[in-house]
Amino acid sequence: MSYQGKKNIPKITSDRLLIKGGRIVNDDQSFHADIYMEDGLIKQIGDNLIVPGGVKTIEANGKMVIPGGIDIHTHFQMPYRGTTTVDDFNQGSKAALAGGTTMIVDHVIPEPGTSLMEAYDQWRQWADEKTCCDYSLHVDITHWNDSVKQEVDNLIKEKGVNSFHVYMAYKDYYQMSNSELYEVFTFLAERGGIAQVHAENGEIIAEEQARMLQMGITGPEGHVLSRPEELEAEAVFRAITIASQTNCPLYVTRVMSKSAADIISQARKKGNVVFGEPITASLGTDGTHYWSKNWAKAASFVTSPPLSPDPTTPDYLNTLLSSGDLSVTGSAHCTFSVAQKAIGKDDFTQIPEGVNGVEERMALIWDKAVTTGKMDENMFVAVTSTNAAKILNLYPRKGRIAVGSDADLVIWDTDSIRTITAKTHNSAAEYNVFEGMELRGAPLVVICQGKIVLEDGNLHATSGVGRFIPCSPFPDFAYKRVKARKQLAVLRAVPRGMYDGPVSEFSMSRGGTPSASARTSPTKQPVRNLHQSGFSLAGNPAPCGPPTPDDVPIRPAGRRIVVPPGGRSNITSLS
Amino acid sequence: RRKSKQSCLRRFAFLGKTEKSFGMFSSVEGAFDSKTIDFDNYAVGRKGSRTPRSGSRERLLDTGDPVEDARTGVEVRFSTEKESPDGKNERLLIKGGRVVNDDQSFYADVYIEDGLIKQVGENLVVPGGVKVIEANGRMVIPGGIDVNTCLMKPFLGTQPVDDFLQGTKAAIAGGTTMIIDHVTPQPEDSLLEAFERWQEAADKKACCDYSLHVDIPQWNESVKYELELLVQEKGVNSFQVYMAYKDVYQMTDSQLYEAFSFLKQLGAVVLVHAENGDLIAQEQRKILGMGITGPEGHPLSRPEELEAEAVFRAITLGNRVNCPVYITKVMSKSAADTITQARRKGSVVFGEPITASLATDGSHYWSKNWAKAAAYVTSPPLSPDPTTPDHLHTLLACGDLQVVGSSHCAYSTSQKAVGKDDFTLIPEGTNGVEERMSFVWDKAVAMGKMDENQFVAVTSTNAAKIFNLYPRKGRIAVGSDADIVIWDPDSVKTITAKLHKHNASEYNIFEGLECRGAPAMVLSQGRVVYEDGNLQTQQGTGRFIPRKPFPDYAYQRVKFRNQVKNKQGVTRGIYDGPVYDVIPTPKYITPAPSAKTSPTSHQPPPIRNLHQSNFSLSGAQIDDNVPRRSGHRIVAPPGGRSNITSLG
Repeated sequence: MSYQGKKNIPKITSDRLLIKGGRIVNDDQSFHADIYMEDGLIKQIGDNLIVPGGVKTIEANGKMVIPGGIDIHTHFQMPYRGTTTVDDFNQGSKAALAGGTTMIVDHVIPEPGTSLMEAYDQWRQWADEKTCCDYSLHVDITHWNDSVKQEVDNLIKEKGVNSFHVYMAYKDYYQMSNSELYEVFTFLAERGGIAQVHAENGEIIAEEQARMLQMGITGPEGHVLSRPEELEAEAVFRAITIASQTNCPLYVTRVMSKSAADIISQARKKGNVVFGEPITASLGTDGTHYWSKNWAKAASFVTSPPLSPDPTTPDYLNTLLSSGDLSVTGSAHCTFSVAQKAIGKDDFTQIPEGVNGVEERMALIWDKAVTTGKMDENMFVAVTSTNAAKILNLYPRKGRIAVGSDADLVIWDTDSIRTITAKTHNSAAEYNVFEGMELRGAPLVVICQGKIVLEDGNLHATSGVGRFIPCSPFPDFAYKRVKARKQLAVLRAVPRGMYDGPVSEFSMSRGGTPSASARTSPTKQPVRNLHQSGFSLAGNPAPCGPPTPDDVPIRPAGRRIVVPPGGRSNITSLS
Repeated sequence: RRKSKQSCLRRFAFLGKTEKSFGMFSSVEGAFDSKTIDFDNYAVGRKGSRTPRSGSRERLLDTGDPVEDARTGVEVRFSTEKESPDGKNERLLIKGGRVVNDDQSFYADVYIEDGLIKQVGENLVVPGGVKVIEANGRMVIPGGIDVNTCLMKPFLGTQPVDDFLQGTKAAIAGGTTMIIDHVTPQPEDSLLEAFERWQEAADKKACCDYSLHVDIPQWNESVKYELELLVQEKGVNSFQVYMAYKDVYQMTDSQLYEAFSFLKQLGAVVLVHAENGDLIAQEQRKILGMGITGPEGHPLSRPEELEAEAVFRAITLGNRVNCPVYITKVMSKSAADTITQARRKGSVVFGEPITASLATDGSHYWSKNWAKAAAYVTSPPLSPDPTTPDHLHTLLACGDLQVVGSSHCAYSTSQKAVGKDDFTLIPEGTNGVEERMSFVWDKAVAMGKMDENQFVAVTSTNAAKIFNLYPRKGRIAVGSDADIVIWDPDSVKTITAKLHKHNASEYNIFEGLECRGAPAMVLSQGRVVYEDGNLQTQQGTGRFIPRKPFPDYAYQRVKFRNQVKNKQGVTRGIYDGPVYDVIPTPKYITPAPSAKTSPTSHQPPPIRNLHQSNFSLSGAQIDDNVPRRSGHRIVAPPGGRSNITSLG
């Protein structure tokens, strides 16, 4: 590293940077060029750039220069029963930078029943204070009603959130019914949001957990036994079905098992707009550790959906990631100390869920997918950065090395070998789920917002410099297809003459089931109120009228459709 | 034919001489000069002098006029050589037929007495005064079993036009000698009472043997008691649950889990109506809101994805509980594919396509004729994809789907017209009990997809096995019930509502379809009930056939898996590190809307009340042999005994 011209004070990194002699790797191509950055933006790319004097120059020596990683799934500083995860936004984003990730997207998790907006503001406050890199936010929808709807609308329009997370697990807490999911997805499809889903069948999990505890299994192995991967696959299948019905792009967070990944890959083959996100843990390790004799170690692996006990899973997921069937990688970094995990020492259902992975994410994918020949360097950039930027509608500001893009860059050293251990990692957790793993590939220099934050193994992160990056709705990556389909998928009624044959008499007296919730379905089969006509009310089904005393004639007496001589149809006349 | 007559004569001469009786496998003296041991004939499907079908095989493929040819080639001559007129049809001998079971076909005579098959073999020794039916080498197959009929399913107080009398007549006319009907109690009704009502009605009217499935309209404690009674005393071993019909029959996943667990303990087969009811309700509202009220709204609001999704979920539940799952009414390719994949992974799951899904498609919902379109309304709907029937036949032929039902539930046009302004009100059901076997023959066997043995398997044997009727039903063997069909593979008829007199509805959804293959003669309980197109049924002769739980076909694998699947906890030393102190936060515990379903409904993860210990408070299910209580600490002995082994 050398300074052109007059030497500046070396400690304060200059706003002007030149990377010379690097090989720029984007998701579509790689080429040799120099990069000139100023004010946190990439200003010029090319050979023999004309740059002002006093520019700090970094010699890349032919090494790869890639867009900084985007970790699309983190839980920093997540409140949990009066405590928070041990990695706050400062600690967590430092770990991210150390691993070559220059942007994180954290999940806002409001308590069920509380305001989404307040939770969002709270998270913004925490993150603005402490984050060392740019960030954005997903908001979890933990309950659903009209006021939530309003808040979601505001978040999309004014607060720069375009992705919302819903839960199919955590029965009686976060879990949503199919009808609610349908409504959420429909709403998000209208507003241009991305529906993220935690896909596990919560009802069956609840039953299985009860069964495990009853059998006397209370250790962490009960976690994986009560959440078999089938339940993940089932929920993924269901989520895809609902999304396809509502024509809403779907994003499956935490793909942990082969069967769930297969379902996503099949659905993509059928044309569904669905994205799968494997996480560092599912790409790097497996669920055999739940049976570890060391309780603390076993508990540190507890996350939901659990890591699959099938040891071939990581390899398989890396393959699907390479082939493009899975689209992005997150870390789901959510670390608890051993003492916090020990809340569940007598009952696995009480163990706080979460694993580390924000720091190891990029190196792990490089090691498992690129060095094994599954993936090329361009695909590596796509799954660690570009695709995430596209889904969040931040592309090409993030996720690409191009003129005008943010100066979030990583010079990647493909040959450095590191051994992962909790002793040296940047997270505050005592355990690392990748303990002892040797990973080839590491960031040599990390540039975030045009400043060097990692150099020669030293981290110079500044707390609070991270900016919130607002995401706008209708990302093309997800919505272009959806929009086209919306225009095609117009359903039409068949115009036909009116049925004027006999109509059998029937009684309403028998079997009038008092439905538990009247809000849901206009169609109570087989006993229905005939006065509730389908088309006259136009999608706003009235509650059932009072039951008629006698056998009622089929057609409401006051409403006759006159057939004109030519036999006009009753249906076209309505449209 | 001349040759076969000769051999018959020879055998008669032989019969007269000997007094010994021969079982199916006994070697018979002189049998070797009998024509029947000719290996050419043994080899089924190969050209043999006795098989008139083989001659007509080429004709099947020709485009020529097969009707005429078939008539001449297959003319049935029932030489009923009544030697004593007072036989009362109690003793019957079917001579010269080719017995086709699901595993093999062979030439043999079948002797029937008192409604049972007494002998099968060559050169049978039979008493005098036996009515002899000359089968002339045609197929003699076990009578069909239609596992899915709804002959008494009430809809808004009306009943289907085909009751047990009409329905069973139609069944027999189509070669089906046993039906299994669905008892459909309304929510709140007693299952037991409903069962008895159905049984009473069927006993009065049914013309063939029958059995009953019971539908579970809702899940609660009293249902459990009734189910136990039905299984143990009433001879019911199959129960249907619904994943559709929101707010009426639909069960939640938790309820399904409990129902599956309970039914598995009883050894019953779980039938599942697989459609996602929540989504259907949403879609119906949407479609009605768009102004679509005609029958086309029915398939539009129930796309096949929703069927496939529910099938997948049902299979997942079945795997979890380790319980056999039977999917009724497989109507779409994607649902069938889901079943296929699950079977490949080892799930114990059975799929039942129905006549309608095997023979026609959902394009008719868009018919301009309202009454015609409405006639096709059934749930799950027929798939609008016209390649569906072909695909389902292929899967049926390769064994991925096992059983063919009809789901016969015929409503008249005026009954269907209840929903003339709103498709969600159209009573659901199509015909098919009569056409079932013919269509499988026509579309699968005659097309070369399926052999005759598989035909017997899917129309009869598999059903008998799944519902524990085998080998009493579903097989031609000594001791089995004499429910036998002589099948004519070459008869060609065109199906129309006008001609078929056994069926009361005005519309036939198979109207105008040409169909090859039909029963030439049907025997039920050892009596000829159908011959040359004439029904000779007697009302009320049908018996209720009780079925025992734990059918081997479904439960053998389940039993083994139970033994293998014992899960064990890890024995590890007690954790003695620091524990984060959690303040109990009662405000997080959401009041569960229904407390009846799950024992774990009070522990909302991940934020939980720690004072609410799982095994101490959850009531009767979490039983008391788990010794740990809130006030109870396990002391680790110096050697470091594990906390888990101490729990036993």
